[in-house]
Amino acid sequence: MRLELTRRYALAASHRLHSPHFDEAENERIYGKCNNPYGHGHNYIVEVTVTGKVDPSTGMIAHLDDLDGYVAREIIEPFDHMYLNKDVEAFRDRVPTTENVCVEIFARLRRFPGAKLVRIRLEETGRNSFEYAGQRDGDEDD
Amino acid sequence: MVHVTRKIEFSAAHRYHNPAFSAEENRRIFGKCNNPNGHGHNYVLEVTVGGEADPLTGMVLDLKELKEILEREIMDRMDHRFLNYEVPELADQIPTCENIASLIWKLLAPKIKKGRLTRVRLWESPDLYVDCYGDGTP
Ligand SMILES: [Zn+2]
Repeated sequence: MRLELTRRYALAASHRLHSPHFDEAENERIYGKCNNPYGHGHNYIVEVTVTGKVDPSTGMIAHLDDLDGYVAREIIEPFDHMYLNKDVEAFRDRVPTTENVCVEIFARLRRFPGAKLVRIRLEETGRNSFEYAGQRDGDEDD
Repeated sequence: MVHVTRKIEFSAAHRYHNPAFSAEENRRIFGKCNNPNGHGHNYVLEVTVGGEADPLTGMVLDLKELKEILEREIMDRMDHRFLNYEVPELADQIPTCENIASLIWKLLAPKIKKGRLTRVRLWESPDLYVDCYGDGTP
């Protein structure tokens, strides 16, 4: 049986879309409102999907306490109620678009020891969502 | 191929307990879910059938038929039941979302004659669901 378990987590953070590769006018043209110098925020929803064998003694692919603990440490604590551009090292020189945040979350969770990470789906708002399932097997993501 | 998804809801009680573990181990591993009297969830089940639309009817399968299968195989068996005691297939398993989704797959796959069951998605709560793909790939 192929089974995947998905857990949803909430995360509030602010960001500003601004690239040092473009001048002021171009940044404003490309990113629009998201280029506001003071930043703005979202209630993100992170969906974490893992797969693996079900342990017959627990009936579980991964113990939820282990997954919750790992996600709390790797994602929620460093990202929640933070300004991603400044408070998260990875985004000091990478635009924290939801695409990039999604890939960063994948990279941070792919070594979860309890099960195999399949994909990250990140909802920026109820209307926009992004998914990343890593590169083809064997490729390094980070 | 076209995929058709139907959603149903059922409410059921369960308890996580493995008789091979000591009482203390059970509490440590399963936490609140080990409460001897059980607890319950409003499960949401999404069943997806894939196939080609029949050129005469324009349908992959008759949704009325799927509705009846779900009524008979899932609702009658699981709705307002204590899964550990009232669903024999789960008697010697921990009734986790993983195991219930697998059971639902096994119950439904042989009953669906038009199209093919491609995914069973079982939500235990708004922040947790399991997808079962049988032996296929997602
Ligand atoms: Zn429960």
